[in-house]
Amino acid sequence: MENILTYMTFIPLLGMFAVLALPRDNYNLIRWTALGFTIPGLIMAIWLYANFDRTTAGMQFMVRYEWIPRYNIQYIMGIDGLSVTMVLLTGLLCPICLLASFNIEKAVKGYFALFLLLNAGMMGVFCSLDFFLFYIFWEVMLLPMYFLIGIWGGPRREYAAIKFFLYTLLGSVLMLIAMLALYFHNDPHTFDMLVLMEQSGTYSRVFQTWAWIGLFIGFAIKIPAFPFHTWLPDAHVEAPTAISVILAGVLLKMGTYGILRLCYPVLPLATQDMAFWALAVLGTWNIVYGALCAMAQTDMKKLVAYSSISHMGYVMLGMATLTPQGINGAILQMFNHGTVTAMLFLLVGVVYDRAHHRDINGFGGLASVMPTYTGIMAIAFFAAMGLPGLSAFISEVLVLIGAWQYSKPLTIIAATAVILTAGYMLWMLQRVWLGPVNEKYADMEDVTTRELVTLIPLAIIVMILGVYPHAVLDLINPTLLALNETVLNATPAVAQLVAP
Amino acid sequence: MTAAHGHEIVTHTSNLLRWIPLLPLIGAAINFLVGSRIQRKMGRGAVAGLATAMPAMSFVLVVMSFLQLKGYPTDERIIIDHVWKWIHIGTLNADIAFQFDPLSAVMCLVITGIGSLIHVYSHGYMDDEPAAWRFFALLNLFMFAMLCLVLGDNLLMMFLGWEGVGLCSWGLIGFWFSEMANARAGNKAFIVNRVGDFGFTLGVFLLFWTLDSHGAGTVVFRELANSVHLIANDQLWGTTVATVVTLFLFVGATGKSAQIPLYVWLPDAMAGPTPVSALIHAATMVTAGVYMIARMNFLFDMAPFTGQVITTIGALTAFFAATIGLAQNDIKKVLAYSTVSQLGYMFIGVGVGAYAAGVFHLVTHAFFKACLFLGSGSIIHAMHHEQDMRNMGGLKNYMPRTYWTFLIATIAIAGIPPLAGFFSKDEILWKAFNYNPAIWAVGFAAAGMTAFYMFRLVFMTFFGECRADHHTVEHLHESSGFMTWPLVILAVGSVFAGFLGVPAALGGSNMFEQWLEPVMAHSAHGGGHDVHGGHHNLTLEYGLMAGSVLFAMCGIFLAHLMYNRKSINPDGIAQIAGGRLHTLIYNKYYIDEIYQVVWVDGSLGLAKMLSWFDKNVVDGIVNGAASVTKLVSFINGRIDLHVVDGLVNKTASLVHGVGGAVRRIQTGSINAYLYVIVIVVTAVLFARTW
Amino acid sequence: MFESVGLHHYLVVGLILFCFGLFCVLTRRNAIGVLMGVELILNAANINFIAFSRYSAGSYDGHVFSIFVIMLAAAEAAIGLAIVLSIYRRAKSIDVNELQGLHW
Repeated sequence: MENILTYMTFIPLLGMFAVLALPRDNYNLIRWTALGFTIPGLIMAIWLYANFDRTTAGMQFMVRYEWIPRYNIQYIMGIDGLSVTMVLLTGLLCPICLLASFNIEKAVKGYFALFLLLNAGMMGVFCSLDFFLFYIFWEVMLLPMYFLIGIWGGPRREYAAIKFFLYTLLGSVLMLIAMLALYFHNDPHTFDMLVLMEQSGTYSRVFQTWAWIGLFIGFAIKIPAFPFHTWLPDAHVEAPTAISVILAGVLLKMGTYGILRLCYPVLPLATQDMAFWALAVLGTWNIVYGALCAMAQTDMKKLVAYSSISHMGYVMLGMATLTPQGINGAILQMFNHGTVTAMLFLLVGVVYDRAHHRDINGFGGLASVMPTYTGIMAIAFFAAMGLPGLSAFISEVLVLIGAWQYSKPLTIIAATAVILTAGYMLWMLQRVWLGPVNEKYADMEDVTTRELVTLIPLAIIVMILGVYPHAVLDLINPTLLALNETVLNATPAVAQLVAP
Repeated sequence: MTAAHGHEIVTHTSNLLRWIPLLPLIGAAINFLVGSRIQRKMGRGAVAGLATAMPAMSFVLVVMSFLQLKGYPTDERIIIDHVWKWIHIGTLNADIAFQFDPLSAVMCLVITGIGSLIHVYSHGYMDDEPAAWRFFALLNLFMFAMLCLVLGDNLLMMFLGWEGVGLCSWGLIGFWFSEMANARAGNKAFIVNRVGDFGFTLGVFLLFWTLDSHGAGTVVFRELANSVHLIANDQLWGTTVATVVTLFLFVGATGKSAQIPLYVWLPDAMAGPTPVSALIHAATMVTAGVYMIARMNFLFDMAPFTGQVITTIGALTAFFAATIGLAQNDIKKVLAYSTVSQLGYMFIGVGVGAYAAGVFHLVTHAFFKACLFLGSGSIIHAMHHEQDMRNMGGLKNYMPRTYWTFLIATIAIAGIPPLAGFFSKDEILWKAFNYNPAIWAVGFAAAGMTAFYMFRLVFMTFFGECRADHHTVEHLHESSGFMTWPLVILAVGSVFAGFLGVPAALGGSNMFEQWLEPVMAHSAHGGGHDVHGGHHNLTLEYGLMAGSVLFAMCGIFLAHLMYNRKSINPDGIAQIAGGRLHTLIYNKYYIDEIYQVVWVDGSLGLAKMLSWFDKNVVDGIVNGAASVTKLVSFINGRIDLHVVDGLVNKTASLVHGVGGAVRRIQTGSINAYLYVIVIVVTAVLFARTW
Repeated sequence: MFESVGLHHYLVVGLILFCFGLFCVLTRRNAIGVLMGVELILNAANINFIAFSRYSAGSYDGHVFSIFVIMLAAAEAAIGLAIVLSIYRRAKSIDVNELQGLHW
């Protein structure tokens, strides 16, 4: 299993070719084949979870091959506590989303082929340790996403897809510049992230700051941090359900993952300088702003999209604090947001499939019509509100505890979101699920078995992590503590090494 | 200092403890997952039976643990059950762990005891409810959360229960959710509680980090009690940290325990089924704030200013809620405001440092208020869900058992000796008098009003002629045994619970306070000492007791004159001050309306504004950037077309013209091509030869 | 007087064959006829190759080339006939004078 990460990344890619080779009209064959090619990812994720060494902060399951020796570009893959959660999340969500896509009827073959390509790209981003490879996967992922939104989306899909594409591309360009700056700054030139981290002491503060800003904007667009967030509601509203899930569940995490993977260890001095304004203040603003915007929405998906912005703010705030609680909470929040928001989007998708609209005021009393559905929905909603006993509580409380040590005013502002979140979530719940039954939807079908299969695993994870968060915390803690130390102990280089 | 606080705590362990909360959780899980199927196949009784068995078994376990605890020496009375590690990050260590000490024991006995009775009662009350499984599942889940709240051995476990009861309260208030008003009431309760939780969490954070800066960061209660003296000299925001922490925690308590300014959710919460009002909104959940302060007594003792705040808020709440109670016509609303008012008393108790007295009132209140709510439920059930007292009357002839139990509980709440309410309320008033006579005066006035409005309720419902329509009157009957037996038990409790804490002045030994002594051992005994110091002024204490009893009697007599003898016309009194005062009270001082405008509409307005900002400004900039880019490219395109491309096009058109002339060579005929090939090849060959 | 057969004889045969082939290609209106002409031209070239090979200094280059040309001719015939067939399907005609769709 030495090459497990390579398998996880490229089996979906093989799947893409397999799907392309299938006859165009046999929808079921295509669907099940595509699903079959995501299942190994899930199995290997479970294997990884079982075999991950929880005592070390270093990279595990590493492979290293020469790729383009002329430019010292290597194929390096490996995971540590930071990426393992994201790999697990990707491995988990991909089959679920694929299953949730079974109702796609338009150009089925293309959809599933692109989906598998997306899967490969996401996995690659989280596994690659060579900056060049990372960048390639980052861009690979962009392309299927563009088409998945632009072809299978809602009425304004082209606008949303182009907005998403251009926005992300802008970020990629800045990231590319920072990447090249780092590449040429080292001698011999290298994209190897581990070497970049080792050499971090030799980068001057000014250089670090500029590189940091470049990388940060690239990643902030993905998070998405205010004011780069407006692509998200549009993309979510237009994207098909499963793509929304992937978007919120995995893609958003790439922003915060990138910051922790690159900005933190490679540019620690700049991180010290920038963390307060760029991460803590912006994160707090994200939390409150997202929550308030969510309150004003009438489209269910838009509401959930803004709640994503709010919840990702916790991640930013947590990682800025550089306390064990805050940073652990941040990663846990990434994972929990992945599962909880995935549930929320799947649940919205269930209603949308039946009613073909998502207007919050256009429903009413669904709880009487669809009791099973409502039960699962309640779990997801209360998890999103951070109810203790469900997963998101642990991460939010850890983030806020860490933040309190870091800055009391910011914590107080951020904690008001606890009230606001309850406000918009319950208000939506009230308008859609409670009250008298809307006659138009009086005989709406309750969740089908296929939908249950997508929702139940997530609900179980949400509940288990609420009472036993160490299932994830044990994986991430050593790495994050080491990362904290790296940033906190970074000092400007005393003397630049000069060749005699 | 260390000698006093740093002593080793002797604890005992027991794996039995976890089953106390776990059993109701199992019941809840079964009913949530397969309850509807059980109900369809085996009837409502199976669901109710299962749901009742779980808290009843918990009650047995609690009694067993209680007896075990009683067997230990007083300073060893802690039983711990550590289940598994929950959150261990950095110096923060919180576990899924339960702690059973005298205070928890009292709370658990009340919760499981009264809770089980209410489960039995619910079987009768919900006899025509199609979704009974959901009701019982939520009720069991509530028991689980409430038991976690009082058994949790750290602040985060307590918070788990704290929010958990909020969730169940939400689900049960909005149980009949197809009425939008019920759903709205549930949401209101949850969100208002969230405001309190916001304060609570901040308090926990501040406490944890302040202790952490002394190398003793912890959230476990017994460790907190041991090391809290470390923070005595820490300052924050111009006052001591202890004051700030306790004020934050108190914000949480005002939310959960419905004190000013966050009491508004409780009257609306009466939208839930009446057993829920009895269990959650009278006996147990709303007392969580009192429990929390008693649990954290060592900290509150370090913050005298917070004590003043709590006492003042408690007294004001007791008074204002009582005034609102005077004018309500909905039977449950009267009881709701009375609950708010009684909770105010408890806060006076814990605020002045008489934690045991506050908890004592909590216990007696649980008995008589549960009895009152269940009694009102019995009436409402018999009257086909009529709740307006103006349509009742004369019910004592139809429902004797309900009447007698209700009357006993009413006497108890009015503070007439020797019933339970007298002992606990007077204990608090006496402590309050020693603390500040002004507080006593407010509490005293509220006590009189309580007696008045409670008897007003009794006279309006049970006496006189029945004002309901004929159809309802014909069907009036005493409720079933499932409903009346719990009433009887609770009424007995309302009579005798007070004897647990007979004060020294009346020849008792105040067993209750002695029992709680170990929990309060760390505290400096703010008001607690006065019990023993009270004998210095026995005359005064007797005088105050007699005064309050007399005042309550006056209230009862006035109610009798107005609503039974009808020799004073209530409407005439309502017209005092032009009826404006009555309108003001009747409309609850318009607090709900003010909150609606300020907070709800305010935040909604802010939300709309920010959303507009987001859509038009932030996104506007993005789209604007796109438009500018498009404009630039358009202009650029024009330049390109006419200047740059002009040259290119001239060249192109030249080529085009030539091409047009030459293209005629292309005939498309293969023969023509072949001839050309042959001729050219031949020509080339000849050219080469020459 | 009876001169032994020399290189020139072969070249003359080749030339005659080439002329027939060229004539056929230029005059035939039937596309298959044109193709047959092309075959003749190729075979004329083959005769020349073999002849030059036989009368030059012992190299087998000419043989090799002629075998290549035969293979090429076979392939050309196959593809050419296939094209003619599909043209016939579309245009219902294989008269090269009528097939002028490729002009400007």
